[in-house]
Amino acid sequence: MSTNTLTRPEQTRTAVVAPDLSSRTSVRQTLANTRTMAYRGLLKIRRTPEQLFDVTLMPIIFTLMFTFIFGGAVSGDVASYLPVIIPGVLVQTVVSTSTVTGTQLREDMDKGVFDRFRSLPIARIAPLTGALLADTVRYTIATVITFAVGYAIGYRPAAGFGSVVLAALLVIVCAWCLSWIFAFFGVIARSASSVQGISMMVVMPLTFLSNAFVPADTMPDWLQGFVNVNPVSHIVTAVRELTTYGTVGSDLVWSLVGAAAVVAVFAPLTVRAYMRKA
Amino acid sequence: MSNPDLAVEAHGLVKTFGTHRAVDGVDLAVRTGSVYGVLGPNGAGKTTTIRMLATLLRPDGGSATIFGHDVRREASVVRRLIGVTGQYASVDENLSATENLVIFSRLHGLGRAESRAKSTELLEAFGLTEAADRALKNFSGGMRRRLDLAASLIGHPPLIFLDEPTTGLDPRTRAQMWETIRSLVAGGSTVVLTTQYLDEADQLADRIAVIDRGRVVAEGTSDDLKDAVGEQSLNLTLAAASDAGRAAAVVEETLRTPAVLSPESRRLTVPVPGPDAVTDLLVRLRAERIEVASLSMDKPSLDEVFLTLTGKPVEDEDETAGPTTATTAREAVPA
Repeated sequence: MSTNTLTRPEQTRTAVVAPDLSSRTSVRQTLANTRTMAYRGLLKIRRTPEQLFDVTLMPIIFTLMFTFIFGGAVSGDVASYLPVIIPGVLVQTVVSTSTVTGTQLREDMDKGVFDRFRSLPIARIAPLTGALLADTVRYTIATVITFAVGYAIGYRPAAGFGSVVLAALLVIVCAWCLSWIFAFFGVIARSASSVQGISMMVVMPLTFLSNAFVPADTMPDWLQGFVNVNPVSHIVTAVRELTTYGTVGSDLVWSLVGAAAVVAVFAPLTVRAYMRKA
Repeated sequence: MSNPDLAVEAHGLVKTFGTHRAVDGVDLAVRTGSVYGVLGPNGAGKTTTIRMLATLLRPDGGSATIFGHDVRREASVVRRLIGVTGQYASVDENLSATENLVIFSRLHGLGRAESRAKSTELLEAFGLTEAADRALKNFSGGMRRRLDLAASLIGHPPLIFLDEPTTGLDPRTRAQMWETIRSLVAGGSTVVLTTQYLDEADQLADRIAVIDRGRVVAEGTSDDLKDAVGEQSLNLTLAAASDAGRAAAVVEETLRTPAVLSPESRRLTVPVPGPDAVTDLLVRLRAERIEVASLSMDKPSLDEVFLTLTGKPVEDEDETAGPTTATTAREAVPA
């Protein structure tokens, strides 16, 4: 219980400036507001580090688990499986992480503080774009940890460090694009747990019905059909090509095209639904 | 259509949730520089009205302007002119007080250094300096409200909405909040506040609208209201519950006002103009051989205001379950 007495706030009201009454928000303001909201997202991560479990522990567990369980069976030995599985686990964990965007957005929108954001003269979209921007930090953490764990158990990407950085960027960009899907669920769903349910239903087939863990050519034809068009497969292949041969092929192009298509469809849907609610 | 002296002008505001008309044709006119109280029980439509005026909810009917700007068509202009302190603290639980204020300052377009200075200044003004870096989870209710109010003042809004600023606060923190609100008005702001407490509206507001079931049932200065209700109210406890009916009839006959009757506790409550009227009443009761067990005088409660203004007791619809309901308001808040 505080024993402070209040001093008069009129001291703080020395300069009452006439507010700028233009009714449109400029691009500059939108960017500034987005940056502030992203800053808020980072502060929240710092204040509640336990919400980073999924991007810290999951990459460690999955990398170790898949490598030692499947290594011998798929590639003969662990060492030759590493160039296959590290890109796979990387894409799988980062894409799964992008579902958290939706759950957190839903939780956030249910809080009182969103009322204040909505009553402020800011770009209405900023709380959404800021949250999505802050999440790229989570993808970066997951990416770095996956590569680090891989390195610790003997993964040495043949194409060198530069290619690994490029591959990391590709994965982060693609995850950001895919997170629009989950942001959409976050905006339209009624509760955070339902967002999580829907997101899992989307993300499980996307990541497992791909070439992330095993080569697609042992699968039945009908499944290969899906696996080969799955954008996750393209991202995984692009990362493998980059880290192993240092080459950029059609898979990288398809990854980016797929990611762009997701944004093109889901960004307007999400923004529309969000504006209607916000 | 809009009057330049008015900070808020609303005509026939309507908001429907499903089949429930939460706000059913509210008219309001708030003069610039005044404190306007919206008084009513839980579920009366106070919060819904404020949310529509603050552009947080779209009205289903009617119109409202803030300093002449339409809340629907010019929402972003309106947002530059208002500060909103919600019933549930609209601050970020996970962050510290300073972090909250810095973020809101940045969103108001202040620079990095300016935002720091602004939040330091506001924390000082609201007696929160010591708690500046503590996470809000550890804040008391009163501290949270103060931070919330501080956050509403960052943009120097000429109009401030306070939704039940003291519900759930202890009496001392409540008095501090009142002081703060008074000094806001002294600084030239217009304040619209909602409350369940008659004495709060009485203490702070220049004009009061009494709202019930989504409608304004009375509007005027607190003197107007008190004239309608009576300065004080009389509580009579009867010796025998069986006398309650007759006693109520005597009360109505003598004071020309109906009494609120609670048979289980043998208690009658009625607004009275002053002690003389009580003497008359007691004489009549003795003549009727109705024995009075105890008697007390009290400031009128919201119940009596409602009974007098609407002819029916408060029905707590409770869509916004708060810690105190209107019926217990008097016990919770010493007048």
